[in-house]
Amino acid sequence: MEVVKTENVTRIYRVGDVETNALRGVNLSIQSGEFTALIGPSGSGKTTLLQLIGCLDMPTSGRVTVNGKDVTNLNRNQRADIRAESIGFVFQFFALIPTLTAYENIEMPLLLAGKSSSERAERVKQLLEWIDLPDRANYRPDQLSGGQQQRVAVARALAINPALILADEPTANLDTPNGRQVMDVMTRLNKETGVTFLFATHDPRVIQYARRVVTLQDGLIIKDELVEKSAVGA
Amino acid sequence: MMQLIKMAFRDLLRNKRRSFFSSLALGMGLALLLLMAATVSGEIRGAMDTSIRLDSGHLQVRAKTYDANKNSVAYEDLIANPNEVAAKIASLEPVSVATPRLFASGILSDRDETTGIRILGIDTSSPAMAPFKDGMLTGKYLENDDRSGILIGETLANKLSLKAGDAVNLLANTSNGDVDQQLFTIRGIFTTHTPAFDEYTVLMPLAKAQAITKTEDHASAIFVLLKNSDQVDNVKNALQTEQLQVVTYLKMNEVLLQTEEFSRGYMVLIYLIVLAITAAVIVNTLIMSVFERTREIGILSAIGMKSTRIMSLFFIESSFLAIGGIFAGLIIGGIMVYFASTVGFYIGNYGATSMLIGERIYAYLTLKDAIDLTIMAFIVAILAALYPAIMAARLEPVEAMRGGKI
Ligand SMILES: Nc1ncnc2c1ncn2[C@@H]1O[C@H](COP(=O)(O)OP(=O)(O)O)[C@@H](O)[C@H]1O
Ligand SMILES: [Mg+2]
Repeated sequence: MEVVKTENVTRIYRVGDVETNALRGVNLSIQSGEFTALIGPSGSGKTTLLQLIGCLDMPTSGRVTVNGKDVTNLNRNQRADIRAESIGFVFQFFALIPTLTAYENIEMPLLLAGKSSSERAERVKQLLEWIDLPDRANYRPDQLSGGQQQRVAVARALAINPALILADEPTANLDTPNGRQVMDVMTRLNKETGVTFLFATHDPRVIQYARRVVTLQDGLIIKDELVEKSAVGA
Repeated sequence: MMQLIKMAFRDLLRNKRRSFFSSLALGMGLALLLLMAATVSGEIRGAMDTSIRLDSGHLQVRAKTYDANKNSVAYEDLIANPNEVAAKIASLEPVSVATPRLFASGILSDRDETTGIRILGIDTSSPAMAPFKDGMLTGKYLENDDRSGILIGETLANKLSLKAGDAVNLLANTSNGDVDQQLFTIRGIFTTHTPAFDEYTVLMPLAKAQAITKTEDHASAIFVLLKNSDQVDNVKNALQTEQLQVVTYLKMNEVLLQTEEFSRGYMVLIYLIVLAITAAVIVNTLIMSVFERTREIGILSAIGMKSTRIMSLFFIESSFLAIGGIFAGLIIGGIMVYFASTVGFYIGNYGATSMLIGERIYAYLTLKDAIDLTIMAFIVAILAALYPAIMAARLEPVEAMRGGKI
C-alpha cells in the first residue's frame, strides 16, 4: 500500500523580495513498511519535503497524498487531525515537552486522539518497554540523556500507531553510541510493528541503516536506490 | 483537560519569580481597588451617619410651608406646641428619640470680627444631644433654663479666637422679620469632629432661642431618630397629616446621595485604569512565555493539538495567575482595609454644610464591592490572556521542525 505520494511538488519560500525554490518538482512514492533515508547536502530541501509530507506546511504547487488521502489543500484544523491520526514526528532537537515526564510526553498524542485512560496506560507501558526505558517513566526530559530523549520522542511518534513516522536528522545532535541506540530502536520497531519510517539525514553512520536511499539536490530527487545488503551492526 | 491544567501549572512554576510578580501585580491592583472602594463607601457612610446624628435625624416633622434652606422663623412656617407633638411622636414604637428644634439665622460678633451662623435651639436634656455632650472640649454643657449662655463649635471658636467664658454679641432674625441682638456668654466649646458643622453651629436652649427670635412656643422641626432606619417609611406614613410635612433623611441628604452616585461612576473609571495596568503586566508575562515556548507550542501543534486547546492552555495559566493574585489581593487589601476602617485617616476640614464629612475617614468595605471587584479582577486577567493565546494558536507548527534555526 502506498503511504506517501508526492506529484510535482514545489515549494517556494518568499522572504521579502528573495525567492528560494526549496523544492522544484518532487515525485516520490513510499510504500507501507519502508525504512527510507532522505539524504542530500544541507539546503537541498530535505526538511521542506518532510514538512509537506507531514502536513505541517502546504506546497506551492503539486499534490501530496498521505495514506490515500489528498492533503494538499486542507485547512489548519484538518491538517492537525491528519497529523494526530496518521503521522508521528521525531525532530532533530529532542522535541519533548520540558514540563512533562517521559510517560506524559508519550501519552500526549493518545490524549489528543481521545483514548481512554486504561488504553493509554497500557500503550505507554508497552512503548516504554520497546524503547528500553521502562524505569525512566517519571523522569523529566532534562533528567534524560540525549539518546534517551530521542527514544522517548520515537515512542511518542509511534504511540498512535501512525501510518508513517517522519524523522528529521534524528541523530544529528547525538554522539555515536547514542545515535546507534536511537537507530537500533527505530529499526527494531520498523521490523516488529511494520510502521513506515522516512528520515532525513546526512550522517553516513545513519544512512547504512536504510533499506532505500533517496538523494535530494537543489530541490530535486537525483537518485533513488534500494540497498540490498544491510550493514546493521557492522 | 487535566493534562492541560498540569502543563499550565508546571509552566508557571518554570519561571516562578515572573509568575509570582505578575500575580502580585494583580494582587496589588485588587488591594488598591478594595481600599479605594472601601474609602468611598466609608466616607459616604460616615457622612450620612454624621448628618443623621447631628443635623437631619432619620425624620423631621415640619410645618407644611417650612423651607429648610431659608431657616424661616415666621409663625406660619413653624410647629406650634412642639413639646406636645414631640412627646406624641416619641410614644411610637419604632421611634427612639423625638425632640423639638428651632433653626434660625444669626450673626455672631466678637470685638472686631463677625460671622454668619445658625442658631440651633435645643432641648438640652434630650438624648439626641449626646454627640454634643460627649464632644465638650472646654467649659460646661448647657442647662435648659440658661438665659444667656451658648455653646459654640471648636472650628468657630478657633476662627474667632474665642474661648469658654468669653462674651459675644449675637444677632438673630425674628418672627416678625426684624432682628434682635443680645450679649451671650460662651459656656463651653464642643466638637462633633465635623468641622463644616462646628464652624456654623451655635447651640442655645430652645426656650431662649424662642425668646430671641420671638417665636414663643414654636419650633422649626421635630428631630426624630428611629431605632432602625428601615422603619423610616412606615413612620413617615404614620406621622403625615394635613398641616405637617414629614421629611426623611434620604430626602434631606440628597446632595450626599448624588455625590455617592457620582463618585461611584468616577470610581469605575479608576477601576478600569488600575485593572488595565495590571492587565498589561499579565499580557506581558504571557507574551514572553509564548516567545519562550515557540518551539514547544509548535511541537504540540505538530503532534496534532488543535488551536483551541493551545489557547485554553494560556487561559488556564492566566486563571492560575488570577487565582494567586486574587488570593494575595484579598489578603493585602483586607489588611489595608482593616487598618483604614479601625484607625481611619485624617483629612481635616473638607466638608461642606450640605455634606458633613468628618475630619477622619473610616473605610467601610461592602460585601458587594468585595465580590464585584474580585470578579472584575478575574475577568480582566482572563481577558488579558486573549491576545497571547491567539498569538500562540497562530504559531506555525513548522517552526518546531526548524528548531532553533528560525
Ligand atoms: N522558512 C523558510 N524561509 C525561507 N527560506 C527557507 C525556509 N526554510 C527553508 N528555506 C530555504 O529552503 C532551502 C531548503 O531548506 P531545507 O528544506 O531546510 O533543507 P535541508 O533540510 O536539506 O537542509 C534552503 O535554501 C533554505 O534556506
Ligand atoms: Mg533540514
